[in-house]
Amino acid sequence: MKNRSLVSITDYNKDEMLQILDLAGEFEKNPRQDLLHGSVVATLFFEPSTRTRLSFESAVNRLGGSVIGFSDSSSSSVSKGETLKDTILTVSNYSDLIVMRHPLEGSAKYASEVSPVPIINAGDGAHQHPTQTLLDMYSIRKTQGRLDNLRICMVGDLKYGRTVHSLLIAMIHFNPVFVFIAPEELKMPDEYKLLLDKNGIEYHEYKDIGDNMDDADIIYMTRVQRERFSDPLEYEKVKNVYILRNAMLGNTKPNVKVLHPLPRVNEINYDVDANPKAYYFEQALNGVFTRMAIISKILGVK
Amino acid sequence: MEAKKELKVNAIKNGTVIDHIPSQNLFSVINILGLNNIQQQVTFGFNLESKKLGKKAIIKVADIYFKDAELNKISLVAPDAKLNIIRDYEVVEKKVVSIPDEVTAIVKCMNPKCITNHEQMVTSFEVVRKGPAALKCRYCEKITDQDHLEII
Ligand SMILES: [Zn+2]
Repeated sequence: MKNRSLVSITDYNKDEMLQILDLAGEFEKNPRQDLLHGSVVATLFFEPSTRTRLSFESAVNRLGGSVIGFSDSSSSSVSKGETLKDTILTVSNYSDLIVMRHPLEGSAKYASEVSPVPIINAGDGAHQHPTQTLLDMYSIRKTQGRLDNLRICMVGDLKYGRTVHSLLIAMIHFNPVFVFIAPEELKMPDEYKLLLDKNGIEYHEYKDIGDNMDDADIIYMTRVQRERFSDPLEYEKVKNVYILRNAMLGNTKPNVKVLHPLPRVNEINYDVDANPKAYYFEQALNGVFTRMAIISKILGVK
Repeated sequence: MEAKKELKVNAIKNGTVIDHIPSQNLFSVINILGLNNIQQQVTFGFNLESKKLGKKAIIKVADIYFKDAELNKISLVAPDAKLNIIRDYEVVEKKVVSIPDEVTAIVKCMNPKCITNHEQMVTSFEVVRKGPAALKCRYCEKITDQDHLEII
């Protein structure tokens, strides 16, 4: 993994994913390690994402490294029309690693081709966000004690939700059963179902939550966004069907955990927050340990 | 009959004849092969009758023999193209084109949010299906299919 860019979750094989999770576990036990003393990590956020940026910057700081960069392209030379290539080449002179978030799909791959230093993709449009996937996997393993043979229920926008697609791809290594709950307009695309078929992975599809998540070990919630619907009436019909309320967790398994990539809008009611089955805030904390692990592996200090 | 059809475009002594090009894609073929930037004589016929294509186009390029890899690039816009290699007025070889496994620099990605449509860079696709063509962008990984194929 040393010196290799992380653009897509498929850049890591099963063994490499597990190495990251193990190392994240070490950092959770001992979060202050001065491994990056003297190293500089650039965080280039061509579109704002405060949560993801702070998580990365916290990870670098805990490792004793320094951070340079920008949090919004309007305050940088990018707003003066500089190409992505020029920005990356310039910043690579000042840093050992570049973490980037960009609104255009494929931008991280292109950056990794032109950059002399490794790139970590912190989200490229609706395309990929591999560090989110690794932190989701870390959260799953931490709460369930294992990754193998779990029943994973994905709810909401399964069509455009990049987090569910990447998680699906990553979990194929661990023989899960998937339960997809989504409106017709936002159901899991065929290409992912074909991938599951090819790998002999069981999955079920439903339109309503009902009792379909009662056997789940993990409930992965996503936002259902108004702008995803071509017909606004269609959105009005489904917008309240995919809201998780505390009462709906009554018959679920005792070990189940509710995950969500955050920020939420209204898809998880606030009455769920106090339920021990809610895990989305701890999930965010796990993101720091996971990113510490990824950065350390790429910079070759672990 | 064949001889009469052939007269519609002047015969060449040496070079390459590209026949059975869909008429609407003639200029794409010219662009892909860079025929607008060469010194040799190029003649073409446009809106010729064809049983198979309705209207077809034909191009005759004097004194140039193309590499197969180059010719295969036109398969995306002229999948039924037939090539005659001419030496001293005789057809010495006939060729057809086939879609390559990789397409670089000639097709536009149909995803408006793809980086290739915003940055000055070369597009690159993996051909995931050949007939009708489906190209997977190496950057955004979205599929551009035959119906949305646009030549740069
Ligand atoms: Zn693309």
